[in-house]
Amino acid sequence: MKITNKIIEKHGLKLEEYENIKRLLQREPNLLELGIFSAMWNEHCSYKSSRLHLKKLPTKGKQVIQGPGENAGVIDIGDDDAIIFKIESHNHPSYIEPYQGAATGVGGILRDVFTMGARPIALLNSIHFGSPDHPKTKSLLNGVVSGIGGYGNCIGIPTVAGETKFNATYNENILVNAMAVGHANKNKIFYSKAKGVNKSVVYVGSKTGRDGIHGASMASAEFDENSDEKKPTVQVGDPFTEKLLLEACLELMKDNSIISIQDMGAAGLTSSSVEMASKGGLGMELELDKVPCREENMTPYEMMLSESQERMLIILDDGKENSAKKIFEKWDLDFVIIGKTTNTKNLTLKFNNKIEGEIPINALASKAPVYDREWVKKKPTKEKINLKDLKKIKIEDALVKILSSPNHSNKSWITNQYDQSVMCDTIQKSGSDAAIIRIHNKDKAIAVSVDSSANYCKSNPILGGKQIVCENWRNLITVGAKPLAITNCLNFGNPENKEVMGEFTECLDGIKEACEFLNYPVVSGNVSFYNGTNKKNIFPTPVIGGVGLIKKLFKPLGHSFKKDKSKLILIGKTFGHLEQSCFLKENYSINKGMPPEINLLNEKNNGENLLKLIDKNLILSSHDVSNGGLLVTVSEMIFNSNYGAKLHKPKKLTSLCEYFFGEDQARYVVEIDENNYSKAEKILKDNNIYYEMIGNTQKDYLEIDGELKISTKDLFKVNNKWYNNY
Amino acid sequence: MRSSVIVFPGSNCDRDIAVALEKMQFKNQMVWHKETKLPKSDLIVLPGGFSYGDYLRSGAIAGKSLIIDEVIKEANAGCLILGICNGFQILTETGLLKGTLLRNKNLKFINKDVHVKVINNETKFSNKYKKNQILNINIAHNEGNYFTNSKHLDQLKKDNLIAFKYCNEDGKINESTNPNGSLESIAGIYNSKKNILGMMPHPERMVEEIVSNKDGINLFSSLLS
Amino acid sequence: MKFSVTVTLKKDVLDPQGKVVENTLMNMGMKDLRNIRQGKYFQIEVDENDQSLAEKKIDLMCKKLLVNLIIEDYKINKI
Repeated sequence: MKITNKIIEKHGLKLEEYENIKRLLQREPNLLELGIFSAMWNEHCSYKSSRLHLKKLPTKGKQVIQGPGENAGVIDIGDDDAIIFKIESHNHPSYIEPYQGAATGVGGILRDVFTMGARPIALLNSIHFGSPDHPKTKSLLNGVVSGIGGYGNCIGIPTVAGETKFNATYNENILVNAMAVGHANKNKIFYSKAKGVNKSVVYVGSKTGRDGIHGASMASAEFDENSDEKKPTVQVGDPFTEKLLLEACLELMKDNSIISIQDMGAAGLTSSSVEMASKGGLGMELELDKVPCREENMTPYEMMLSESQERMLIILDDGKENSAKKIFEKWDLDFVIIGKTTNTKNLTLKFNNKIEGEIPINALASKAPVYDREWVKKKPTKEKINLKDLKKIKIEDALVKILSSPNHSNKSWITNQYDQSVMCDTIQKSGSDAAIIRIHNKDKAIAVSVDSSANYCKSNPILGGKQIVCENWRNLITVGAKPLAITNCLNFGNPENKEVMGEFTECLDGIKEACEFLNYPVVSGNVSFYNGTNKKNIFPTPVIGGVGLIKKLFKPLGHSFKKDKSKLILIGKTFGHLEQSCFLKENYSINKGMPPEINLLNEKNNGENLLKLIDKNLILSSHDVSNGGLLVTVSEMIFNSNYGAKLHKPKKLTSLCEYFFGEDQARYVVEIDENNYSKAEKILKDNNIYYEMIGNTQKDYLEIDGELKISTKDLFKVNNKWYNNY
Repeated sequence: MRSSVIVFPGSNCDRDIAVALEKMQFKNQMVWHKETKLPKSDLIVLPGGFSYGDYLRSGAIAGKSLIIDEVIKEANAGCLILGICNGFQILTETGLLKGTLLRNKNLKFINKDVHVKVINNETKFSNKYKKNQILNINIAHNEGNYFTNSKHLDQLKKDNLIAFKYCNEDGKINESTNPNGSLESIAGIYNSKKNILGMMPHPERMVEEIVSNKDGINLFSSLLS
Repeated sequence: MKFSVTVTLKKDVLDPQGKVVENTLMNMGMKDLRNIRQGKYFQIEVDENDQSLAEKKIDLMCKKLLVNLIIEDYKINKI
């Protein structure tokens, strides 16, 4: 078949890239080879637009065993325990078929984690939808939530935390990011680097069908009106088979049979074989007629590009083939030796004893294009908002409006569809700042949280980037965990647009600065570009997933009030920053100005000293102050508790709205038993931490002196209405 | 006391129940579904999960597995059988318990802590509970909506074969306290000889204060007494 | 007029349920079994006497709700 410009374009390759391919091969590729190049050189696999910028992220630290570049990141949590985790996007497939898209997203990220030898212990997600009144939103929400639940519940791994947000920016391009966290023995971690020549390359798992052919290319192309036509490529997830694959892999990993292992994710057999060979500096020869196929008459092109789920590629040590095969047969899974490692440094593809394609591995991997795309700095906005120009609003009305908004409503409609308790190690479920998962059979635990702030990032990418890292860090602190490391999912628009590329670059600058200051390295992640349609790009939405350690397990504090008449303090300074706040958005539909300033020094000091108070068992509950400000934070502490709160009016700020709804950072509300108050106060004073007494807990009402009195029952009702009526 | 937990492909609460049994000093063994012989056991547990992915009907395919014939034989000989969640569904598919579990009335998977009332506290499984004791216990299922014909329902009532009913924290039973639409709020039932218990709630998730509470412990200690 | 609608997964779409049912029947000794695909069946009655108009209406129901056109095919038959 003659390779025409049209075919090249259909493969998502630029003509200059095609010229490059010809140079590397020193000839024209055939269609199979072209397909392989297109899969490896697209944005999703090659990171061609992002690679240069990702390099600046801090990825090292005492706690890091493996940083980015493997299937997932690995950190040390003491003893022989390692935590393996990663977040990944499945945005485009989920928009096309929400149930299967979200389900296979969960399946894919789980494989990334158990490929490395970990038993998955927790799932998290960050899902973003368009405006609730957009005609597609409701069915997308339903589909995505059931897909996430369907997969996680069936395979039996608890879905413990997440965030669900609505914003018109996602009307035509939703975000579905899934994170998996696993636990492994740190001396038993498996990597994808091939070693040794003539070793068996084994295909295990499900059979190969025509699913998702060119899925990875689809994830790297913008949607247009015709995106409906791309539908047949969506893969179907089979959590049952994945459960079998998980158990079979973990069983095989008990001995020393595996040299390297890699899951067949995006670009399936192509990317897994190239990755393994490239890391090992080897070649690989595959006999494609041996690939287990689900459909008749599948071509080498289809086999190499299929994205059928629940498959793995393993390189086995000599003589281990039979014992390994027995394990996979026990679990009713395919196990076929389909090739071997070679010293040719080529990917050699045979079909019916004929060489159908041969490509130097480095042409697909290290020589893949890298672009230094043009980008522009975002100018800080000069927009100012003067409260005096706005219609006056009562505190109570403003609070009710925020608490009943889609973004702030109680999300149990969603979380009740996820099994959060299976495995019996979930110490703190979702609905708190972070979830807590016990390490099985041990007296320690990890805390996990995912966060994003698209509005802040849109307004100012550097501040926004810093802010999410800090917020994520705070969420782990409030449950008493020492934050260790993060994974990030960078959801952006079209990188060929210089404003978008600027947002990307500057968000990374912000993330880098905060991570460095907080010693909070990035150990894994994923970039998703081309989110948007018809030249309308989504708001920059980096999502941060953090993991922290609780060395000695204790009954979780949670963020709900525990007692009557305990003291409430606010750690951190309040300046009353209302620009980009929920208060303005929900009450006035104003989306203007700068996000709040980030002071990393205060951030670190406030957090570390709160951790001291928690360690010394001096506090009853704590909650970080984020979107919505102080009053929303206190309201959230009232939900699920039997208590209300009585708050004082501020001494300094004249505007109550600024004080109660300002979104200044590095702040926490902490509930302290009267008897412990002086001890806690001493620690805060000794460490120069700014704090103020803001009131105390009480029965039945949320009250501000002379300004507001609302019963906790009504508050709860307001917060629970939206989802149930949607 | 010796217990056996049957592991089907797709079971996912097998480890959880094993941990709970061992914590309660049962001598437990895991039994793979392809086995044709059961180890000598006083209690056989069919654990929760998604055996065979819940494909076709929940529990239907596990109900045809090799080991099930042995379980049926043991059950008929009087061995104690406990089916939790998917295990309950398997028991109804094999006919060891009558009735069936339909999809939840809201057509969604439900995971939350609910209250159930101990209706019969005079069996091998429940003698450590007080009559009408209210337990706070976790449910996690798609098909937990118990249904049976009126003749069987009459028998369940007459012979005191209803094990647990969903209720609120004060023990009231009505439409709003019924999470999944079960007939008469039934959360668990016995066979007529009361050696087989099938229940949707997960007692194995309720054995540790730090994780949840200890409301499930008495089910295991009843078996030991 | 009464119609039946049979919905099945498209030819190349993975059918996890069908596969498990197929394996189970094989294991139960039904060795002649070649292939199983699982689907859904609807019986629909419409107030319409013209068959082609009625079929059009049913077709619309399929497209609008009953069928997930991304992964499923369907057949309409008069009964």
